[in-house]
Amino acid sequence: MGKDASAVKVDVRNLTKCFGDLRVLDNLSFQIQKGEFVCVVGPTGCGKTTFLNCLTRIYEPTEGNLYIDGEPTDPKKHSLARVFQEPSAIPWLSVRDNLEFGLKIKRYPTAEIQKRVEMIIELMGLKDMQKKYPKELSVSALQRVIIGRAFAMQPDLLLMDEPYGQMDIKMRFYLEDEVLRLWRELQSTVVFITHNIEEAVYLAERVLILTNKPASIKEEVYIDLPHPRDVTQHRFIEYRNYITDKIKWWE
Amino acid sequence: MLECDALEKQLCDVNQKRREQRVKFMVLAVASVCVFLLIWQLIVISGVVNVRNLPSPAQIFKAFITKLTSKSPDGNTLGMNILASLQVSLTGFFAALIIGVPLGLLMGWFEPVDRFVRPIFELIRPIPPIAWIPVVVIFMGIGIQAKATIIFLAVFVSCVINAYTGIRMTDKTLINVAKTFGAGNVETFFKIGIPSAMPMVFAGIRVSLGSAWSTLVAAEMLAAHAGLGYMLQTGRNVGKAEIVVLAMVTIAALGAVMSGLLTLIERRVLKWKMTR
Repeated sequence: MGKDASAVKVDVRNLTKCFGDLRVLDNLSFQIQKGEFVCVVGPTGCGKTTFLNCLTRIYEPTEGNLYIDGEPTDPKKHSLARVFQEPSAIPWLSVRDNLEFGLKIKRYPTAEIQKRVEMIIELMGLKDMQKKYPKELSVSALQRVIIGRAFAMQPDLLLMDEPYGQMDIKMRFYLEDEVLRLWRELQSTVVFITHNIEEAVYLAERVLILTNKPASIKEEVYIDLPHPRDVTQHRFIEYRNYITDKIKWWE
Repeated sequence: MLECDALEKQLCDVNQKRREQRVKFMVLAVASVCVFLLIWQLIVISGVVNVRNLPSPAQIFKAFITKLTSKSPDGNTLGMNILASLQVSLTGFFAALIIGVPLGLLMGWFEPVDRFVRPIFELIRPIPPIAWIPVVVIFMGIGIQAKATIIFLAVFVSCVINAYTGIRMTDKTLINVAKTFGAGNVETFFKIGIPSAMPMVFAGIRVSLGSAWSTLVAAEMLAAHAGLGYMLQTGRNVGKAEIVVLAMVTIAALGAVMSGLLTLIERRVLKWKMTR
């Protein structure tokens, strides 16, 4: 909401992905505006991660295509970043080197890398641990490093795949606010996958509800609530219940 | 953030405890060697075994001092034998490392390399290193080249296998991290594959070091005119048990020193794995 409708950042057209006879994604089409925060929800195992793997070209789509700024998605050309469901800090790199990792692959000038990393260290409160290795960090610090690494790219598209799935509720709330803060400050475009409907309503400007496998888009819901959102507010609960009802594929 | 500070403090306390524990373990290790030597000395003094068959630690130490300057009975001083053995083992060992590790890494990462090299490798792999000795002696004689080739064959196989297995075990998520950032296959190989394989590569080097020494002794016992294996064999031929045991102890000590050096290098290279 409130975005310029002409500024389409991501355009997914008729995306289909099959593994042999198994059709996982079925003719998905949607657009994401520049700077938009979109959450994708759906039943467990419906193909949410496969969808992200197609967006990042880890998998090639069987049919259809994905475009960023009107060009077919290419991780070499576009600046993509992803926060994986699994632990993804590189264990042999220090916190600082982890933050620099993607920027170095993209061959940014050293001064630019330093500038961005300093900014992320400052924003994420990682100053005291920048020389430490992932093994020496607590779970929350580690997740901040991974999120920081993704935002340091100032990506065309940031993809987050259930990044808080393994965390307790306190840490989840804290990191959800961190992501919102970074999104606002860096004006990134975010696709956030979750099976937690409350999390989706708390974060998203728009929620895409996927059907069960083969996944297609069942409905798009615009969350017309200002940030920060109150999970106990009447309209918040209405949105949450509405999406919960829509996701019940067995009914 | 307060919670993070508390966690950091907890980590510091854990590190301190680990350091104290390490000192304790070192004292225990030294004590175990001392107790072993003491029991050995007591067994010999008490006459349970014949001194001709098992010399005491004190006799071995005496032989060690003598052998530093004496060339009897094998025609070389202890230093000359150590040097000969080191020369052979290190030449074969490093040659195998330089060729085997990169080959294993390339085989594990790039399918065409694997398909091309694997059939030959699978043929060579089951042959025990000492089985090569007669062939190598026929073609290369008994010089350093021949013995280094036997060491090479012993070390090469475990280097290749460990590097191959290590890189095949690379975490898929880390590969996807690099690819999402736009890294190509070669860049991912260098930035993710190789560092991720390093713990297994070092495990392979450690195993190889053991096989290098055991093969060296076997090679020198069969065909040599200098070296610790040759000294051991000569000691046996002339019935000097203290020379035999001195050669064994020297091999053990050199093996321990090299293993210690390897640990130091490993701690530096795999700092990220050792740090807690």
